Amino acid sequence: MNFDVAIAKTLTTPGRRFELDLRFATDARWTVVHGPSGAGKSLLLQAVAGLVRPERGRIAFGGAVLFDAAAGVDVPARARRFGYVFQDYALFPQLNVRQNIAFGLQRGAFNPRRDACPPAVRHWLAAFELEAVAGQRPHQLSGGQRQRVALARALVGEPVALLLDEPFAALDPDLRARMRDELQGLLERISLPMLMITHDAEDIARFGQARLRLEGGRPVEAPAG
Amino acid sequence: MDAAWPALALSLKVALWASAIDLVLGVALGCLLARARFPGRELLDALLTLPMVLPPTVLGYYLLVLLGRRGWLGTWLLAQFGVSLIFTWQGAVIAASVVSLPLVLRSARAAFEDVNPQLEAAARVLGLPEWAVFLRVSLPLAWRGILAGLLLAFARGLGEFGATLMVAGSLPGRTQTLSIAVYEAVQAGQDDLAAAMVGVISLTCIVVLVAARRLAPRRIR
Repeated sequence: MNFDVAIAKTLTTPGRRFELDLRFATDARWTVVHGPSGAGKSLLLQAVAGLVRPERGRIAFGGAVLFDAAAGVDVPARARRFGYVFQDYALFPQLNVRQNIAFGLQRGAFNPRRDACPPAVRHWLAAFELEAVAGQRPHQLSGGQRQRVALARALVGEPVALLLDEPFAALDPDLRARMRDELQGLLERISLPMLMITHDAEDIARFGQARLRLEGGRPVEAPAG
Repeated sequence: MDAAWPALALSLKVALWASAIDLVLGVALGCLLARARFPGRELLDALLTLPMVLPPTVLGYYLLVLLGRRGWLGTWLLAQFGVSLIFTWQGAVIAASVVSLPLVLRSARAAFEDVNPQLEAAARVLGLPEWAVFLRVSLPLAWRGILAGLLLAFARGLGEFGATLMVAGSLPGRTQTLSIAVYEAVQAGQDDLAAAMVGVISLTCIVVLVAARRLAPRRIR
């Protein structure tokens, strides 16, 4: 089993109470979780990554238990080894492209040096055609370049799987179609399990080998097609 | 004018030490108030901001009650280490650091609240332990705001008068800071000396304020 998730999490903000309560297991290489905004998709992804702690339930990946409320297991996010691409990419604004990609390769108290370029970083700079902008900061990049940096940063540490939060939502339509092709090509080459959340029908059609539809924090039967 | 230089040196020494203490306390407490959720959080914030609005003499009174011969901390320090902080320059440091702590604390809290939590989450997912997330993401993104607050605290510490006078007194060469020396000079009718010292302290404060303004984070991003 790739992802095996059964969790419950309640969020209470003044005037609103939201309950995520779902169970899904998938053996597919690519899984797409979709549904309207506010359905709890991001919360699910954060729980899988270890950024949010569910109240009850269990999360396992590839047979390894990452979270089990009953057994008191909660592997911290830093040890789950997922590659996570945030919706707005969450690139470190004070670091250049090289440093952003190399960030997780260095675990100590200091950020990578401005001009340090380990072989793994060089590999992904080349793979995403980012060599020309390697010394630039995120705010100097185009939307597509930013996404490539975020992907490179997620992949450079050789993760066990990719978690993608609405990876194309921040891009304009032309670029979105191009980056979608690019991601599909990449995923086919590296054969890495992937869990994507999206509300875009084209993403679902392209990547949804397994599909889960969420509405109001609960899974619903997906409409045919 | 000869009386002015020891007073200026003492003022700078006191303000520097007080800023150093405020930097450590302000960053730690500012980060706590910005990130942690616990009951009494806003009360703690209000208590730590109090020195900004209370009359310095009231603060001086509190410090005397705490650190004086009969104060519980003062008694303990005397019994354990044979140390009394009253009428010492170290006492002046404590007075100045309490008075100017809110300036560092408030800018540090605001600066940490401005750091996008997603960036910290990204660092966690990339394998960093919490202390490294703080050192490599939160602190570098917040340091401009912290430094701006620190400069204000330094300027405030340099000008501290009321609480310092009550805790450390006005012993020339030992606890008489520049702002207290100005008061003494005016009382003694030494108008030229007072004017010179007022000039020195005003100029120093202007330089510090301009620097703080240049460092203050612009509200973009």
